[in-house]
Amino acid sequence: MRIRCPICGDRDLREFTYKGDAVALNRPGPEAAAQAWDDYLHLRRNPAGATRELWYHGGGCGAWIVVTRDTVTHEILGAVLAEEAEA
Amino acid sequence: MGFSGWRVLREGLSGNRGWTPQWRDPEPKSEYDIVIIGGGGHGLSTAYYLAKEHGLTNVAVLEKGYLGGGNVGRNTTIVRANYFLPGNSEFYSHSLKLWEGLEEDLNYNVMHSQRGLINLFHSDGQRDAFARRGNAMINQGDDAILLDREGVRKHLPYLDFDNLRFPVYGGLLHPRGGTARHDAVAWGYARGADSRGVDLIQNCEVTGIDIENGRVTGVQTTRGPIRAKKVGMVVAGRSSQVAAMAGMRLPIESHVLQAFVTEGLKPVIDHVVSFGMGHFYISQSDKGGLVFGGDLDFYASYAARGNLPMVEHVMEAGMALMPMIGRARVLRSWGGIMDMTPDGSPIIDKTGIDGLYLNCGWCYGGFKAVPGSGFSFAHLIARDEHHAPAARYRLDRFRDGIGLMDEEGTGAQHNLH
Ligand SMILES: Cc1cc2nc3c(=O)[nH]c(=O)nc-3n(C[C@H](O)[C@H](O)[C@H](O)COP(=O)(O)OP(=O)(O)OC[C@H]3O[C@@H](n4cnc5c(N)ncnc54)[C@H](O)[C@@H]3O)c2cc1C
Ligand SMILES: [Zn+2]
Repeated sequence: MRIRCPICGDRDLREFTYKGDAVALNRPGPEAAAQAWDDYLHLRRNPAGATRELWYHGGGCGAWIVVTRDTVTHEILGAVLAEEAEA
Repeated sequence: MGFSGWRVLREGLSGNRGWTPQWRDPEPKSEYDIVIIGGGGHGLSTAYYLAKEHGLTNVAVLEKGYLGGGNVGRNTTIVRANYFLPGNSEFYSHSLKLWEGLEEDLNYNVMHSQRGLINLFHSDGQRDAFARRGNAMINQGDDAILLDREGVRKHLPYLDFDNLRFPVYGGLLHPRGGTARHDAVAWGYARGADSRGVDLIQNCEVTGIDIENGRVTGVQTTRGPIRAKKVGMVVAGRSSQVAAMAGMRLPIESHVLQAFVTEGLKPVIDHVVSFGMGHFYISQSDKGGLVFGGDLDFYASYAARGNLPMVEHVMEAGMALMPMIGRARVLRSWGGIMDMTPDGSPIIDKTGIDGLYLNCGWCYGGFKAVPGSGFSFAHLIARDEHHAPAARYRLDRFRDGIGLMDEEGTGAQHNLH
């Protein structure tokens, strides 16, 4: 699996660390209800197919990126910098 | 018909013509008291114990493929009760006791082999942690022996004891740990459930769950609708898809875990050896293959096949620990889809929907749980009460943050187990 970093281009899987579903970008406010935190921290759609997730390019430019990836084929469908991604 | 040594002999002398199929292949009925979704180890054991312990036999197991074609036939077959935290400790202890009586109970040779499991440690701090774990195991009534370096050498003379990065300081021996033949476990439970009247229905994918006024009424399948008073979801890596049919979103992320087997060799590794620092563990099957594996690939996946970096990592860890295995040739590698929870511990619970029950989150450790999980899940479904050894496997522990069982102590987050 190679991931196309928007800054570095196609790079080996080993350069990246997986964080998980891109829901991690939608951090609830401190006063949010327990259910909102449960949704954010634990509950996942966990699709068999295309999914948006956060990866960290630690072995490269150090950027957080939002990767769209097919969980059935491992095909990378796209990647954008997290700071430019919609939450 | 029962199995026995005598019968094997008689069949052998008469051309093996007397063996018959181990279970029926029935058409689904239009209605059951209980439908179990998923014919893996946990679904089959649940059906078996529903029939055996609770006398409930108007039960169907619906399997989208063939029985035992999921993780139950893909795992590395390690059976142990060396957990540390309350919740896991009593559950796996109960499950191991069921394993110890399983072959007589099922009249089926599941090749359960209590050859001993050794968890290696490589520092003073790790020794303390394993001493504490061993004490927890003994307090639970299970067995644990702390071995020093020479103690390990007696059992595992072939290790590289002076590895520069991870010299072997000792190991925690769990003598009752070991392995079992994974397919045989699925087949034994299938045969036991079928012979008590449970319908095992293969090539029958559940495509919908019917709910009326907050109560489950049946399922839709590729072989037509089936009504049911109670429905149990036991589909391991596919839990999120099936729960979504009931409008639920689970604290589960599916990940791929790989495993490897070499060509058959003469007996060389007598135990299960676990090298946590290298995320590597190994045992030798009765057929002679060295069966080994490592950690998750660590990204969400339904591919049942992993990537090469983890293959390389596992091989390197194996070589670092026991250089002799460099001479063995790998025959096959494969992957299975793990239902990972944030804290790495499972879920056996009711849902917000009456009559709908959930069993999932076994992560990479659900083979050893097959007897205990089926026993406790059957109890929950039959009586609507939690079975004591599994009473802490609640779904709401994530929402409330109470009762999390993070055995590795890394934090209850999705990417950490
Ligand atoms: C490589 C690997 C190594 C492992 N090693 C170990 C080990 O050493 N020790 C250990 O304790 N555990 C181990 N495990 C974990 C263990 O195998 C699993 O936790 C356990 O098998 C999961 O439960 P199961 O047997 O019920 O799952 P499965 O066998 O996967 O059963 C689930 C079934 O549900 C069916 N299903 C899914 N969706 C539907 C649907 N919509 N309708 C009908 N049926 C459906 C599937 O086809 C499948 O047969 C390992 C797993 C892997 C992959
Ligand atoms: Zn980069």
